[in-house]
Amino acid sequence: MMDFNLTEDRRMLSDTLTRYLAEQYQIEHRNSVAYESPFHDPSKWTEMAELGIFSALANEADGGFGGAGPDIAVVFEALGNALNCEPALPLLMSSRLLSAARQDQATLLEGTAHYAVAIAEPDAPYDLLDITATANDDHRLSGRKTSVYGGNIADYFLVAAKAGDCLNLYQVQAADAEVIPYGLIDGGGAAEVLFDNTKAKLLIKNAQSALEDALDAGIIALCSEAVGMMDVTYQITVNYLKQRKQFGRPIGSFQVLQHRAVDMLTEIEQSRSITIKAASELKGPNASRYASMAKNMIGRSARLIAEEAIQMHGGIAMTWEYAISHYAKRLIMIDHQLGDTDFHLNRVIGMLNTA
Amino acid sequence: MDLNYSATELAFQSEVRSFLADNLPNHIASAVRNGDGLTKAMMDEWHRVLNKKGWLATTWPKEFGGPGWTPVQKHIFEEENCRAYAPRVVPFGVNMLGPVLHKFGTKEQQDTILPRILSGEDWWCQGYSEPGAGSDLASLKTQAERVGDHYVINGQKTWTTLGQHANKIFCLVRTSTEGKPQQGISFVLVDLDTPGIEIRPIRLIEGGHEVNEVFFTDVQVPVANLVGEENKGWTIAKYLLSHERTGIAGVGFSMQTLEEVKTIATKIKRGTKRLIDDPLFAARLAEVEIDLEAMKITNLRMLFRAQERGAPGPETSILKIKGTVINQELRDLARRALGPLAAPFPGHLGEGNILFGPPDTAFNAARYFNNRKTSIFGGSNEIQRNILTKTILEL
Repeated sequence: MMDFNLTEDRRMLSDTLTRYLAEQYQIEHRNSVAYESPFHDPSKWTEMAELGIFSALANEADGGFGGAGPDIAVVFEALGNALNCEPALPLLMSSRLLSAARQDQATLLEGTAHYAVAIAEPDAPYDLLDITATANDDHRLSGRKTSVYGGNIADYFLVAAKAGDCLNLYQVQAADAEVIPYGLIDGGGAAEVLFDNTKAKLLIKNAQSALEDALDAGIIALCSEAVGMMDVTYQITVNYLKQRKQFGRPIGSFQVLQHRAVDMLTEIEQSRSITIKAASELKGPNASRYASMAKNMIGRSARLIAEEAIQMHGGIAMTWEYAISHYAKRLIMIDHQLGDTDFHLNRVIGMLNTA
Repeated sequence: MDLNYSATELAFQSEVRSFLADNLPNHIASAVRNGDGLTKAMMDEWHRVLNKKGWLATTWPKEFGGPGWTPVQKHIFEEENCRAYAPRVVPFGVNMLGPVLHKFGTKEQQDTILPRILSGEDWWCQGYSEPGAGSDLASLKTQAERVGDHYVINGQKTWTTLGQHANKIFCLVRTSTEGKPQQGISFVLVDLDTPGIEIRPIRLIEGGHEVNEVFFTDVQVPVANLVGEENKGWTIAKYLLSHERTGIAGVGFSMQTLEEVKTIATKIKRGTKRLIDDPLFAARLAEVEIDLEAMKITNLRMLFRAQERGAPGPETSILKIKGTVINQELRDLARRALGPLAAPFPGHLGEGNILFGPPDTAFNAARYFNNRKTSIFGGSNEIQRNILTKTILEL
């Protein structure tokens, strides 16, 4: 029977995380940690692990209690609401890969070991087929990985590299690679990671489908995060339209602004729908197709919501002091992660005849 | 009809071009190109170079030391400056207060203030907007009470661009609460060293500092610093906003950004293919290029009309609306072309570390965010639409 309500377990998970973030991780605190090394709050990270948030991202066989698309969506929507900058995305993607590799991930889910996923390269920002990092017969890696999210604090890297024609997954100790850490314009940290005949452990031979699953799950996480952020951005904007007076009346009384706010609402509803669909298809035969649809739509709607929120606020939303500026940066920069609007549009185009 | 410059205009164009080639310092042009912030020293240096040549105050009449150019010459000059990546002249003294004093200032104000604008001794900033008076500027509340031969000013101004470098500010203040809001406003000149003034920085979305808040507490300003008549400041404000409309479309900046996007999209690769060969990206870029080619001509048509009529008309609001949107679209493309390489916080990866992308693109995402201001400031695009609705549509 059709039911769009969350299950009881997921509703509790959502409430727990939302309450924790509202009490312990407000926007002021977020902004005080997001832009200074290590670009997150290690003590809050530990608390979130203790709350079981990260265990919700893995299935029971791997020591968690969730791991399905809707579990991921619930967690990341709450994180997006609070504009949280903890490196939950690399944790999720690492968990998918370690599961596929049948590796123990207890320390990952407990939050005591940091893993980061190294897929993108300067000339291969989004497409697995473009990867050029190589592994030799002794499992030694050479190449450069770019925008490794959470790479600034990683203990281990999970690296996609080619041995001949075969795309494999390797694990590298961070101390064995050259790591150039940096902060991101929208908060949080990343790194460039360089391998030069670096020793590695082979985790998965022929890892194409495991990597695709990790990317699909990561895309659902990003889309859910965006939906959470868009909700807040929209609410703050509508409140501002009600409160801000110019020409002797609230600016929300001007029809041109009313209609534009309604357009925001419409796009957010559509974005939520495609994200629900993609989450429900995770692990299924069409997972990547729906993930691409969701990421394409989010790329378009997140830009609209960010730009319209700034424009309708006027100058105030251009300031660092005002929360919207930080939500807007994250909404825009999500398009630069795991494939942009055009990359995913191309993928949907490529599957038009096979669907 | 003839879309070409005349022989005289072409000669002028090559004169400007060779002046810029000989006199624009490399370190200044590269700061403009990289978008990582001009220093005060650079802005001062460029101001002096132009003043020495007599090409600083291009909007001033000849009798006040302007070059006496036609609107088309001014356009050519701006176009060439953009082509060469010259900085925009800091407009507050030269292009805003200067023309106001020509029309409304006393002889004494003209004689004392104008030379110091040209020499760069005074750096003026603008005290217009207030926290409660943005698009509705006439609702401003900063109060100037007449006490003997002084005004005593109390209130707050905001969005004061480059106020951190300024020693003077021109302000719209309320000298009367009677009648319509527009009727009680006066235009006064204030020395920022006067006791009771505090300037606080506003940090912008991308982390930069270019605007400020200015607080006034019992600030005493001589009545002689009033420009024009008391309670007639709104006329001056309107004159100032409508006076300088060339360049409002930002065509030169958009041409710069278009070149930048093409350069990035040619260098950046997706696998073995250049980004510019991706049909989706190429289509987006081509569409904006089409818009920009049309805007170049729209801009010239309105310039031509202004030259015929002697003044720009309200239709120049079209230039502001469409011009800013075109530039914002191009900034969006520059950012997205870089993919993940656009993500680092500005300055976190020094030039030496940017082995993986064109070094002149390090600030691209920051410029995209900063550039959202252009559809808000100087009369938001919504206000421009209101102007067109009233004046052209007559609705």
